[in-house]
Amino acid sequence: MEHCGVWILAQQQNGAVERISYELLSRGLELAHKRNSPLGAMLFGCRISPAGLTELIDRGADLVVVMDSPQLEHFLVESYALCMLEIIKQYHPEIIIAGATSLGRTLMPYIAIKAGAGLTADCTGLDIEPETGLLLQTRPAIGGNIMATIKTPRHRPQMATVRPRSTQPAPKLPGRTGQIIQLPSPNLPSARMTYEGFTRNADSQSLADADTVVVVGRGIKKAENLPLIYDLARRLNAAVGATRDVVDRGWLSYPHQVGLSGATISPRLYIGIGLSGSIQHIAGMQTAETIVAVNTDPSAQIFKLADFGIVGDLFNVVPALAQLLQERGLHAPSR
Amino acid sequence: MRTIVCIKQVPETKSVKMDEATGTVIREGVEAIINPLDLYAIELAIRLRDSHGGEVTCISMGPPKAITALKEAVAMGVDTAVLISDSGFAGSDTWATSHILASAIRRIGVFNLVICGERATDGDTGQVGPGIAAWLDLPVATYVSGISEINDQFCRLHRLVEDGYELLSCCLPCVLTVVKEISQPRLPTLSGKLKAKAMQIPVWNNDTLQLDPAQVGLQGSPTRVVRIIKPKLTRSCRLVSAPDDSTAASAAAEMITFLDQKQLL
Repeated sequence: MEHCGVWILAQQQNGAVERISYELLSRGLELAHKRNSPLGAMLFGCRISPAGLTELIDRGADLVVVMDSPQLEHFLVESYALCMLEIIKQYHPEIIIAGATSLGRTLMPYIAIKAGAGLTADCTGLDIEPETGLLLQTRPAIGGNIMATIKTPRHRPQMATVRPRSTQPAPKLPGRTGQIIQLPSPNLPSARMTYEGFTRNADSQSLADADTVVVVGRGIKKAENLPLIYDLARRLNAAVGATRDVVDRGWLSYPHQVGLSGATISPRLYIGIGLSGSIQHIAGMQTAETIVAVNTDPSAQIFKLADFGIVGDLFNVVPALAQLLQERGLHAPSR
Repeated sequence: MRTIVCIKQVPETKSVKMDEATGTVIREGVEAIINPLDLYAIELAIRLRDSHGGEVTCISMGPPKAITALKEAVAMGVDTAVLISDSGFAGSDTWATSHILASAIRRIGVFNLVICGERATDGDTGQVGPGIAAWLDLPVATYVSGISEINDQFCRLHRLVEDGYELLSCCLPCVLTVVKEISQPRLPTLSGKLKAKAMQIPVWNNDTLQLDPAQVGLQGSPTRVVRIIKPKLTRSCRLVSAPDDSTAASAAAEMITFLDQKQLL
């Protein structure tokens, strides 16, 4: 059986195609170009917006295969797996990449078993080996202490998940042509799991989706001082994260925790305030594009991987930063 | 409530050293611990047994010394443990590992729940939990942060996702992978340690599990590690000192300028 084509697993929420899909197209385009093969996108959901499907084409997909059904409105692993296995059966993809999201990191390992495929989690780099045409998958391991490059010599498809925000979305090229195919979903037996509802986090900005993240450490001293951090974050349109110390003390809730036992983030800008940069913490943020930090201790580990650091008291520096940002807001030309 | 908890023994991350010449991880002399994220799975299983009755079995695949991880789980309060160990299992990737663990779970037979930690701190893939569910053909809920209702046939649970919590209900048996929010792990007790010390933990090898040797270990693993490098941790950091109020303002201004130049504001 000939396996051919690079595919991405697009994601939607409430019928709208999510940003991670366009980031995956960016990765997929490069791989498809090197393999000289078409780029496909698969998408499961309910009442999916046609504009989103067109945008997948505009941003690089040659083929978009959609299964649209009320049973697919919310992600449930068994239904989504049946759909994805159907597409694998019909199209025999050589490569499938998905976001390392709560969805991708659940569905892909389930599919890898069912399809007998190799899968590499949380890749930061994907490439094609020139001699063999195999997918080279590079990922951090052992708490970010090493980078491992992995390949799947014999099993197909070759599958990988990619960290959200680790690449820019593929640009829109209006007028690109491609094919949108609506496939009926396979027969979905009554689900053993049911989606009953959703509670949104109180924070308006989610850690995983934020371009800028302000992370606070034990240096903040007590929960009552947190408005200082939230004030800075608001001015930067940033999400607020925390070290394990801060979460263990109950100053912020677990969804804020960044590090080995919390969230992995790779924002464009990471601002670490009053934290030393333990190995555990670094493992969750070192792929950030730009890292700046404020700490009283010049030998703090965080400065070893920062691009810019201020050795000083956060209670002086953070208000000064907020003040400057406010002045900018008043005087800077609007963008 | 019969629960099976899958755990992994991992090197203490803080003490991981690299062989600079070969680029490989030095495991000798490094302290081995229960994967910290598995402690939450153990704790949840113990609590469910204490509130609903039943039994907790802890399993782990690894070298013979992984028995110490299982003994620690017993010391925390799990009832029985099984080590899955065979030289032919060495080098298994997540596909082969979940295959081996799933067949051990099938051999144990009767259970309502399989609980795993969200991921191991060494491999860091989080793929084995969903993989086990696929092999056993069971539903799986990942990133479970709370259980609001549970009996032998049904549970209602909270799942931590990017921007909030999903509320799901699920038929049992099923597989759960849990996050830190689910529980606060207890420490081993003295009586637990004594019990663990006296306990003979069975070891299952491939004579026990009878798996096709081509489906386990390095040979049975679809993926291959082809290169390992140590990334350079150090960036060139511009460090500005701000010992007092007035220097804080100028340091802050310098930082803003830096961020401006990078077009990050």
